Amino acid sequence: MPHRLLKFALRKQYPEERMFRAPTELRDEYDVVIIGGGGHGLAAAYYLAKDHGITNVAVLEKGYIGSGGTGRNTAIIRSNYLTREGANFYQASVDLFQDLSRELNLNLFYSERGHFTLAHSPASLRTQRWRAEVNKHLGIDSEVVGPEFIKKTVPELDLSCGGHQAPVVGALYHPPGAIARHDAVAWGYARGADQRGVEIHQKTAVTDIEVRDGQVAGVHTDKGFIKTRKVLSAVAGWTTSITERVGLRTPLVIHPLQALVTEPLKPWLHSIVVSASLHTYVSQSSRGELVAGASLDPYELISMRSTLDFAETMSGHLLDLFPFLGDIKILRQWAGLCDMTPDFSPIMGTTPIGGFYIDAGWGTWGFKATPISGKTMAATVCEDHDHPLITAFNLSRFERFELVGEKGAASVGH
Amino acid sequence: MKILNCPINGPRPIQEFHYGGEVRSLPDSATVTDAEWADYVFHRAGEPGVKREWWYHLASGTWFVAERDNRSDEILRTYLYAAEARHE
Repeated sequence: MPHRLLKFALRKQYPEERMFRAPTELRDEYDVVIIGGGGHGLAAAYYLAKDHGITNVAVLEKGYIGSGGTGRNTAIIRSNYLTREGANFYQASVDLFQDLSRELNLNLFYSERGHFTLAHSPASLRTQRWRAEVNKHLGIDSEVVGPEFIKKTVPELDLSCGGHQAPVVGALYHPPGAIARHDAVAWGYARGADQRGVEIHQKTAVTDIEVRDGQVAGVHTDKGFIKTRKVLSAVAGWTTSITERVGLRTPLVIHPLQALVTEPLKPWLHSIVVSASLHTYVSQSSRGELVAGASLDPYELISMRSTLDFAETMSGHLLDLFPFLGDIKILRQWAGLCDMTPDFSPIMGTTPIGGFYIDAGWGTWGFKATPISGKTMAATVCEDHDHPLITAFNLSRFERFELVGEKGAASVGH
Repeated sequence: MKILNCPINGPRPIQEFHYGGEVRSLPDSATVTDAEWADYVFHRAGEPGVKREWWYHLASGTWFVAERDNRSDEILRTYLYAAEARHE
């Protein structure tokens, strides 16, 4: 490595190839325009090119790729959800994730850790039992475990919570629960899409969408007008700004969700530990930082500011679970936007507007769905028909009162 | 610390308040269609900007309306719903 570094220092040119091209000019017309260069938008672009041979595609990103929810989540991947629709969907995503480093030829640091959802009360344990049984029925590896098993697997965990919280009485254990390097997922999909001809335009904001006679006709951007008959909106926390442009009403409300990392430590925490009662989830990243996230901020806000309240509450809860962290410093904290739906399931697929497709409502469950949402949205855009895995998530479910109540989401307290 | 101005109790820390969502008017149940009712139940005003919202002061049990910019978190004014209704 030092030798390579020295050679790099002495070279005038950057020795590695760029991950993807940086086209300067927009074409006049694309077959598909994808708004949002996060994991979901880039994955959709990748699968449009790879599975369906549609390569005249532009991904428009107002910032830089992966700068939204993709780079702000706590990078947890799991499939122990509670509805048949949700569990099948997320399991398909885990299946894709497990092979994704090879497929994208990029090390995503995908690391299976085992995922504990701690229960601090009999009522909470009952919900975990429910989830475990639904999961088993659907062929997902999930079981309820007692305090002895938790103590043996995570000996550092204080099951009594120092007497500050109700003690841990059991947990839902999901062995395939994993973490991955989230920004690499965006880069890998971006490179894969770019190699197949997709154009990725960063720092290109969409200002309006042209709809004529109920059919998408084009997209206005700050770099000019593009003709297209198909637009995929994959902007998560900014979805309401886009849907307003085409006159589409949605149930989305946007809340920030905050997270933090500590200074790096030697590896000690193998498992992912979640406490629904304390609204805390924590794992140790491959570079040793503890990554911890909380529940949603208590009121709507379309801003990524962070608060002292969060740092205080989260530190308190981390100390309840792991008292020896008292001297460990917080390295940084941040917020991401969560576009929440009333039933904690996403909004995906076709809309009443011809050629306008939506991939939104990603709340607190977006990162783990990146591969499967890309794959199913690409199929939906290509065939103008909802992919079978996502028909239950169509926006029209609200007017039919057919909600998909997903109580396995991270933001649902038990 | 974020401060919210309760119309009854004056400026108080925001931890003393509960957020009650967008101020919306109930459609007439005698004439409303299914589609209008679903829209009322689920859909919300999406455009980011200044919103009229319900807030509740937990300590004194006061519901009131706040006008807040949900991009900057700036609270423009707060008032009792009844007081505003009288003015209109």
